[in-house]
Amino acid sequence: MSWQGQILRVNLTKGTAEAEPLNMEWANAYIGERGLGTKYLYENVDPKCDPMGPDNVLIFATGPLNGTMASTSGRYAVLCKSPLTGAIGDSNSGGKFGAFLKYAGYDLLLIEGRADKPVYLHIDDDTVEILPADEIWGTGVWHTEEWIKSRHQNPQLKVASIGEAGENGVLYACVVNDLHRAAGRCGVGAVMGSKNLKAVAAYGTRGVTVDDPAKFMEVVKDTHAKLAASDGREELTEGGTHPMIDMMQEWGGLPTRNFREVQFEGIDKVNPAATTVANANGHTNLITNKACFGCTIACGRIAHIDPEHFTIVNRPEYRHASGGLEYETAYAFGPVVGVDDLDSLTFANYMMNEHGMDPISFGVTLAAAMELFEMGVLTKDDTDGIDLSFGSSEGLAVMAEKTGKGEGFGKELALGSKRLCEKYSHPELFMGVKGQEFAGYDSRALQGMGLGYATSNRGACHLKHDVFGPDMEDISGNGKAAPVKESQDMVSMIDSTGLCLFTTAGWGPEDFVAQLDAALPGEWTLERCIESGERTWTLERMFNMAAGLTAADDTLPPRMLNEPVPSGSAKGKVSELSKMLPEYYSLRGWTEAGQPTNETLSRLGL
Amino acid sequence: MVDGCEGDRRSPRFCHIGCGEGTAEERCWGMQKSLLIDPDKCTSCLQCEMACSFEHEGSFNPARSRIKIFEFEHGKRAVPYTCTQCAEAWCVHACPVEALVRNPATGAVEVKDDVCVGCKVCTIACPFGTVNYNPDTGKVIKCDLCHGDPKCAEACPTDAIVYVDSSWTGLDRMRRWAGHVDTNQSAKA
Repeated sequence: MSWQGQILRVNLTKGTAEAEPLNMEWANAYIGERGLGTKYLYENVDPKCDPMGPDNVLIFATGPLNGTMASTSGRYAVLCKSPLTGAIGDSNSGGKFGAFLKYAGYDLLLIEGRADKPVYLHIDDDTVEILPADEIWGTGVWHTEEWIKSRHQNPQLKVASIGEAGENGVLYACVVNDLHRAAGRCGVGAVMGSKNLKAVAAYGTRGVTVDDPAKFMEVVKDTHAKLAASDGREELTEGGTHPMIDMMQEWGGLPTRNFREVQFEGIDKVNPAATTVANANGHTNLITNKACFGCTIACGRIAHIDPEHFTIVNRPEYRHASGGLEYETAYAFGPVVGVDDLDSLTFANYMMNEHGMDPISFGVTLAAAMELFEMGVLTKDDTDGIDLSFGSSEGLAVMAEKTGKGEGFGKELALGSKRLCEKYSHPELFMGVKGQEFAGYDSRALQGMGLGYATSNRGACHLKHDVFGPDMEDISGNGKAAPVKESQDMVSMIDSTGLCLFTTAGWGPEDFVAQLDAALPGEWTLERCIESGERTWTLERMFNMAAGLTAADDTLPPRMLNEPVPSGSAKGKVSELSKMLPEYYSLRGWTEAGQPTNETLSRLGL
Repeated sequence: MVDGCEGDRRSPRFCHIGCGEGTAEERCWGMQKSLLIDPDKCTSCLQCEMACSFEHEGSFNPARSRIKIFEFEHGKRAVPYTCTQCAEAWCVHACPVEALVRNPATGAVEVKDDVCVGCKVCTIACPFGTVNYNPDTGKVIKCDLCHGDPKCAEACPTDAIVYVDSSWTGLDRMRRWAGHVDTNQSAKA
């Protein structure tokens, strides 16, 4: 069986850490990772609790395929009640940390309470220590990782930590592991900071075995080959997710200047082509690609900043290579803030990784600030004398760092777009759902995406459904509810395996099921797995309902509902959410008020 | 020599079946093969470490892998590293109980678990650090080329690790550099 069979429960208030058996009944019903983490969260947290208080819990959850030879087996989830949305916070990350948490012998880590002083958790097989973090509190992720590895004389430790943003309560702070992979969304890093927990470092020698090794190796050989042979995989290896920016530009769905527009005139300076040609100084942005644990795709980008660029010209400490631009980061530091300076985008990305912030939420929050600046609601007196006009390369770079470090106007950007816009009396300028900012797709140009955003349990998110196909076949909202619902259940299932969603570039649902079935005892069918995905989705919804959210939160900003999209394939359209939403509720077996019916709950065993 | 072996006993280059027969003095070496490692192609996915540990330990356990990936500068470079099977091996000379024995069929130095006493002298002798102690078993572990079918090479998705004729591990690099030689250009100048 590919579970270690135990979880680690840490109580930071009491200073205790105890192993307990993994609840196999839950594992069988929810698969693992996101699903299992949701169940543990639901059973351990009062949905009405203060997300930044000691009653919230922080969960690091692995899946049954983590640490196995299944491709992309490094994906783990971080869950808690989100301080950004007040809803369920569920964020996942790649890198190597998740697999090594499992190799240390723990399928899931559950952190309760709040330490009275900064601490970090060191896990190495049977050794579990809560240790003082005074020396690393107030420093970035990169220094923290290095310090912990050196402190324990173990360069093989994998570290998941927060930067200053998590310490300072930036509401979209993330948990960063392995230098530049992050559980980016929902402010899970802010919750970690609220617990005075700087880092979790894990290493272990307890290998992962599978239920039927011979069958598993046979299945994995096939799935590796299938993924390797697919065009989608090849495109991801070649360009990462970045090429989406050219597709969205052409389609007219690339949010530009806080979603006022959907095509960006500076595209040629921030697209993949721009990263591979030398600039006037002979500097080329992109160096190579890099994989997460077990990943045979390797979509990660490694880049570096032109040493002559204003952001680092006097800062040699940033001349090294690090994580480069992907689609969402290119969108969030580029079109949506109107900036076309590739090195500034890359520098902002370094800041996000080093200080631990979600680039999507930061970029969209900055975009709202820029719109307020253009309107004259904000002036240079508010913004530390920095020009925050759309397109300000300096504004992007300086504010990325100030927000990370909790300085000046960065403290306001730390609130997220919703709270910032409310503070300055323009709530309509918040571009997101349930308090979380939009990813790089416009809801008017991609109708199904809009419905997905509106109904996503963790607030606006592009990764909880997959309807690009239907959206590009038909620009109307007709027939979008079904593929949104179906793909949400499917993605919930995939997010619960311990594998990466990007494998769908080459795999169908049956490939995930075949790997689960060989790794786990019992019979795992497609029907069972999809039902588990639906169960997870519905339990997330129940958490949100109990937290006080209602159908009124399943909505989009007025710009999406009322302002026609100005150009592109869907020119003139607004979101047809009001038409799609009732259809969606009905397909889900929910009432018109968006409440799961008793029938639906009992069908799913909830 | 066995049927079908066309090898010259003194040279490892000419046996096509790798029969590994014969005494130490007059053995047929077979065609020796080596792991050819190209760090430029490595993405640091650790599939090799999982495949290695699965082959040797029966579980996916990078902590017990005989091959390790090292990352430099935030992942700008990733380098797979393992035993290169020295012809005159420090570890073999250092071992006081002759637990390290060369397999004539593969050229790999293998650890005889029933002989190894876990003294770790070989781990000191190896200049490259590729022999390591396994506290779970009390024996040392090192790459044995999986007896001629190295699982790391099979698992590597980018061909950063391949298993090739050991006398020509430099062929691709020679070809790459040969490509830079343009005598026509020089002639024109």
